Parts: sequence; C-alpha cells; structure tokens
Amino acid sequence: MMTLKVNGRDHQVDAEADTPLLYVLRDDLALNAAKFGCGLGQCGACTVIVDGKAVLSCVTPLLLLEGKQVTTLEGLGSIETPAPIQRAFIEEQAAQCGYCIAGMMMRAQALLQRNAKPTDDEIRAEMEPHLCRCGTHMRILRAIRRAAHLMQTADASTVQRSAQ
Amino acid sequence: MNGPVILDRRRVLAGSGALIVSFSLSRALADDQAAPSPAPKPPGSLATTPFLDSWVRIDADSSITVFTGKAELGQGFRTAFQQIAAEELDVPFASLKVITADTGRTANEGYTAGSHSMQDSGTAIQNAAAQVRNLLVAEAARRLNLPAENFRTENGAVIALDGQSFSYGDLVAGDMLHVQAQPTSNLKDPETYKVMGRPVPRVDIPAKVTGGAAYVHDMRLPGMVHARVVRPPSYGAQLAECDISAVEKLPGVLKVVRDGNFLAVVAKKEFQAVKAMTALSAAATWKETATLPKQNDLLRVLTSLPSQEKTILQRGNPAAAGEKALEATYTRPYQSHGSIGPSCAVAQFTDGVMTVWTHTQGVYPDRQGIAEMLAMPPARVRCIHVEGSGCYGHNGADDAAADAALIARELPGVPVRVQWMREQEHTWEPFGPAMVTKLKASLDGSGVIRDWNFEVWSNTHSMRPGGAGSMLAAQHMAKPFAVPEPRPIPLPEGGGDRNAIPIYNFPNAKVVHHFIPAMPVRVSAMRALGAYHNVFSIESFMDELAGIAGADPVEFRLRHLDDPRGREVIEKAAQTFGWHKGQQAPPNRGFGFAFARYKNLAAYCAVASEVEVNRQTGRPRLVRAVAAVDSGQVVNPDGLINQIEGAILQSMSWTLYESVTFDDTRITSIDWQTYPILRFNSVPDSVEVHLINRPGLPFLGSGETGQGPAAASIANALANATGKRLRDLPLTRKKIRDAIDA
Repeated sequence: MMTLKVNGRDHQVDAEADTPLLYVLRDDLALNAAKFGCGLGQCGACTVIVDGKAVLSCVTPLLLLEGKQVTTLEGLGSIETPAPIQRAFIEEQAAQCGYCIAGMMMRAQALLQRNAKPTDDEIRAEMEPHLCRCGTHMRILRAIRRAAHLMQTADASTVQRSAQ
Repeated sequence: MNGPVILDRRRVLAGSGALIVSFSLSRALADDQAAPSPAPKPPGSLATTPFLDSWVRIDADSSITVFTGKAELGQGFRTAFQQIAAEELDVPFASLKVITADTGRTANEGYTAGSHSMQDSGTAIQNAAAQVRNLLVAEAARRLNLPAENFRTENGAVIALDGQSFSYGDLVAGDMLHVQAQPTSNLKDPETYKVMGRPVPRVDIPAKVTGGAAYVHDMRLPGMVHARVVRPPSYGAQLAECDISAVEKLPGVLKVVRDGNFLAVVAKKEFQAVKAMTALSAAATWKETATLPKQNDLLRVLTSLPSQEKTILQRGNPAAAGEKALEATYTRPYQSHGSIGPSCAVAQFTDGVMTVWTHTQGVYPDRQGIAEMLAMPPARVRCIHVEGSGCYGHNGADDAAADAALIARELPGVPVRVQWMREQEHTWEPFGPAMVTKLKASLDGSGVIRDWNFEVWSNTHSMRPGGAGSMLAAQHMAKPFAVPEPRPIPLPEGGGDRNAIPIYNFPNAKVVHHFIPAMPVRVSAMRALGAYHNVFSIESFMDELAGIAGADPVEFRLRHLDDPRGREVIEKAAQTFGWHKGQQAPPNRGFGFAFARYKNLAAYCAVASEVEVNRQTGRPRLVRAVAAVDSGQVVNPDGLINQIEGAILQSMSWTLYESVTFDDTRITSIDWQTYPILRFNSVPDSVEVHLINRPGLPFLGSGETGQGPAAASIANALANATGKRLRDLPLTRKKIRDAIDA
C-alpha cells in the first residue's frame, strides 16, 4: 500500500511497485484522461504532470512517485468549470477522435506554467514527443496559443480582483 | 411493404390531416393498379429502414431521440446529425440526443465507411425529421379541425394562427411515428436554416478534454476484469508448446484461455493482465513459416501475382498515339492505419446473451461474425458502438471485439475488457494494400491529351467482417474459420479501382483493373481505399504531362475538365493559394496542385501546396496547403474544415514517411520507432480550407476526399522544388536526396 498524491488528494494505492502510473490512474483511481497509446513512451497519449513537469505515465513506475504531486487533466478543471487550457481546446475545436488530446493538453499546460508566452517554435519543439493520427495539429497549436492568452487574461483578472 | 398503411389508415380515417391523406392516397392508388410499378424509394438509408420511428422518437415529455446506424469515429457527425434533426424538427439543438450504432436500438446501416455517413444517414435523418414534423402539424390540424397551412412549428411546438400551441409530446401518441417514410419530404428552404450550415461546436469534445468517459477504453462495468491476448509472432504461426501452469499462478490471474492458436489471459487488474501476457508470451513456442513477399520489390511482387483483369473503361481508340508520349509507373507500399489507441473492446456473456461494446465501424456485420464464431444465433449477440481512437478504416477494432467475446464466453456474467498492445496493433491490423499503377498517355500538337492508358494492380480493399473468418480470433481457434475469398468492391465506388477512371475528358482512354486475390500481407479498408494511390498517380501524371505540354498545371487540368463544380473547386483553390501562371517558387521550394472528385461521385477537393526541401539532407516539409472543397450542402462548416485539415496532414504523413516493413516471416514495423509518422516539427505553417457550399444539394460526405489530392499536390510540389519526379511512395528524405544527387 502506498500513498499517491493525485490532483491534490492523497490516495492509498494497492498496486505492485513496478506498475506504471498510467495503470494506477486508470485502473485504481478510475481516471479517464491519461490514455494508453504505446506503453513505450513513444506517443505522449499518457502524459500527466508530476511536480510541474510533463511525464509519460506509461513508463513511470509507481515506486518513483512517493511524495510527488501528480496532476491529470481531471485536476485542471471540469466540464462545468473548464480550465483555460480546456476552454482553449473547446473554443478551437481542437480534436477529431481526441484520443491523443489529453496528453497533448498536459504537456502544453506544463509548458505554459513555466513559460507563459512561448513562441510558436518553442511550442512545436515542446510538443515533439506527441503523436496525433487524425491530423489535428494545426488546431492543437492554435489551442495552445489561445490557452496562453486565456491564462494571461485569467491571471490579469485574478490580480485585478485581488487588488480590489 | 407492410404495416404502415394500416397504421396510417387507422389514423387517417379519424382525421383530415393533409399529409396523412397523402400517405394513404399514394398507397390507395398503388392498390388500384393491376401491376403496380415499384414505388420510388425514400432517400438515404430510409430506403432500407423506412419506418420514421427507427430514426426519430418523441416521448410524451417532448424529449427527442435521434437514431443512426452509423458510428461516430471522431469525424464529428454526431453533431452534424443533431444539427440536421434540430433544423428539420424545429427544435433547439441542445434538446435532442443522438444514439449511434447499436444492434439493439438502431437501423442496420452496414459499415460507417466510404464517406457515406452524411449521404446515407444524414439524408435519412433529414427526411425522417421533416416527415415527422409534418405528421405533428397534421395531428394538430386534425385536433383543431383546421387546414395544416394554418400552423407553424417553432421550438418544439406546433402553433396555430391564433397562438394555440401543442408541444410535440402532446401530439405524439402511440405508434403515430411508426409509419413508413414517403419518397419525398417537405424539407426546409436552406435560406431559412437556423442550425444547419453553422459551425456548431461538437458535442463530444467537452468530455474528451476534461477526462469524461468518452471511449470504450474508458468503460468500467461493475466487476469488470482485464484481458490481454498473445498473438502469434507471424501470419500462420502454429502454437507448438505452451506451459500455462506458471502463468496461472501469477498475481491476479483469473484464467488463461487457450483455443488452438488463440491465447489470452484474464486478470483482476489491468497491469496484472499485461504482466501475465508477457509471461504467457514467453512460455509459448511457435512454429513459423516464411510466407511474406519481398518488401523492397513490391512492383514485381504485385505485377507477377496472378490477377483477374478487367477493363473498366474503354473509350475511343486508346492505342492512338499523339505527338509526345509519356509512360510512368507509381507504387504504394502497405500502410498502417496507425490508431493512437490500440484497439479495445468489452464483452459480457450473461444469460446466454453476448453483449460486446466495440469501436467497430459495423455493429451488424460484427454481430454476424461473432455469432458465427461462437455458434450462437445473431439475435443472442448485441454489438454496441462506443467510440474508440480514430480508426481511418478497418483497423484492429473488429478483431478486438471478437477477442473480447471469445474470452468473455469463458467467464459467464463477468464483463471482460481487452485492449491490444502497441505492437499487436502495428503487426496484426489489416493494412492498407500495396498498389501499382502504370500510366501511358500522349499529347497532340496543341498540348491536349489525346490518349490515356491506366492500369492498376491491387488486392481487395475490404476484408471486413460479415463472417467469422475475417476475425483473427476465429482464424486462430482450434476449429478455425477460413479467411473468406476476397472480392473486388464493385464500381462505381470501386476498391483498388476507386478513382481509377479519370474525371477528365480524354477522347481515347482505357483503364484496366488487375485484381489480385492472393493476400500475402493481411489487408483491408484504409481511408479512401484505392483512391489514395490512383489519384496520386493520375494527378502526378497530369503534372508530368503538363510539363511536356509546357502548360501551367492548373490551366492544364481545366483544359481537360468540363464538370462545372470541379472547375470551380480548382479555381477556388488556385485563387486562394495565389497560384498564377509562370509563378516561381522561392529557392528550395516548390508549388504543387492536385484535384479529384472522390469516387467520381462524391465530394470535390483541390489542394495547392508549397513544400520546402533541404537539398543536403533531402528532408521535405509541407510549408502550407490551401484546399477547396465542394461537399454539397454543408451542415457543419467547422466540422468539415476539421476533416479536410486532418485529411491533408494524415495524407502528408502517409505520402512522406510511411511504409509497413517486414522480413520473409514477420512484420517488423512494430511501433512508432519502426513506423514513423508525422511529428510536430514537420507540421505546416498553415493549412487553409475553403468551402463551396451548395444549399439544398445532396450531402456528399467528406471523410476521404482529401487523401488523394493532398498526396499528389505534395508530390507535385516536390517535383517542382527539386526538378525530380518521385513515383514510389513514400517520398522519403532518402529518396529525395538520392534523386537530387542523381
């Protein structure tokens, strides 16, 4: 039994230590967003954020996550109150089948958390590990740029509100 | 024909609704005729599933459900269908829900394939919804004893001139909608559309971007267990030995299933199943046979396998030779659907009924195949479509459904979820078939094509289920089902010969289809079927001919094309791209153009592109693409644009990077390392899609129209950039560099 912190909550997880985080998220915690794509760290569909960094959960065993903060797409926002990155993907209609999208969004989120105004080249370089088979890339790039804008606007309004 | 008329009459005798009279009248006239001519069929899939309540149901609380036998594959048609139904029913978009393919609830619309969903199911829903609206108006008219013209519909209600209003739920009673559709409907004037033609946001996207349950992969039924299959290492491999005793003792393992060459393991938790699968795989010894052809010699392989030859076009005297002649051969390798999510299914065998949740493109054909495999009556098998990762044709979906069913039969009452591993999807999915085309043509003195000869060699482009023999599990059982005899898909849609007949006006032309029955590599339907390679070939060759004619490629195409919609699409793409005669691309760049009408009967698409080539490494990059599309009446412009953008990028990936690799025994492209596809560093700077809407004209579908034009446009731009013509797909950086160096 191990304690795993996911989306701000502690979970007692009864899984073997070599179990990749992806299976714990999906199977033990019933979280849908991180997807099994390859199990080899080649496609990015399983990406989550661990301590602020984008991590391929299909090749990250549970034993490496003691004391770390795991964030999945579910931890950013919900269908009722979407986070800026989620709003941006909806507004740009940046999905076809959508299977790769949750992983894409998590890496983009991690990027925007450390670099609020990435250039287009920086976004492309950052997204390099991720595959999309439907060819939604143009919209994904647009959505990430929109998310950057939304996050700045959100930050600005938060600052404004707290100043009042 | 049965049923509806009686239902109608019962209602009509009581009332005086204009439309209902017309229902009974047409039948009465038909009855009076000694030898009734066959009645015209209602449009779309109403022709095969004519009852209106198969498509639209209205409950007493006015809630409305729309049914389609097609499967949402990420194309976004669930949203488009909801728009169509809302428009014709005059209800708010959000008030409807759409139920997709389910053998227990929806019409049998065969496969969701061939860009048919809009024309088959969209058309059926549009007409059914319009006819339901008319029935509701007629019922209100009957109740108030007023002419139907005195009523209008709005926001889910029928409203009389004096403002008296009936909700749809008030009006619908009993079997009122259980009537057969009429051949024609009182459709809305496109000028008045409020929901159709607008970029309504897709209904499925919010759940997909917030971690909602969106895919069959996300299903968690109570008590569900996890299974993994161990597939043979190669086609035809026989299981020689397998000691399962150690695997059975592994943590969480509930069962090892062995049936001939079919091997699977079931465990409580998913990763336990994965670990047990690895152990089971290690415990298995297989006897393999070298059956595969030479991967690097597909031209010879395909043209020397026995084939059935059929001339599918013979016009004028194709042997006539003009002044300047040209010949060329184009090849396409086997290519992978490459779904990002390996195939998955959930099955449960309870009380003698097998229920399978699957991302198949055909729930009814899968039901038939699974029933046959399990020796069960089809009525005891239910297949329910749940979305999967995009499939782009016949991938592992149906096989995973069969796997789940075969395993679930061993664990009655227990829901079993099976997901394939990456290497299983890459090695066992049925690939897009390799193809060869040989072209020969000549020009007269004025630069007009005088004769045209086109030959294509190909396997079938559909080995989809229907029978059990199409499914791997059934092929691998101890009492195996034989792979069915392959058949060519007949024209006008065609398979290997899809789009093999040119759309251009050539006075003398011959097209021959060499259908190859033997399938050394497992193949089936992949997005656009033969059209991808045939359009790539025709449109590359058109550019080559334009070159020797000294003509601008766009002008050269227009010179040979009468179809006004085709001409408009070409002109639109050229104009929005900024194409002009005598244009000069910047250094190391090239411009390309291509056009096709998908299947010669569906959507029109032209693509202009600009590519960049690194002359040292040969690396190609699509810089920008501009497409114009005429898909008939547009329902959701943003959805359509999304489809075409995706088609261009996916086709670019096929065209520049992709080929399945194999040695004499095994498929060796087993993952994304060995089967590279498009990554972000090669994504274009811009992709523009311009739609030409055709209000009131039939839906033409759009899922596959972009594949061929995008491929040829890029190939033509590469030729323009390098001065070298590449004809052997994929157009890799090595081939480009070798051509530049040659």
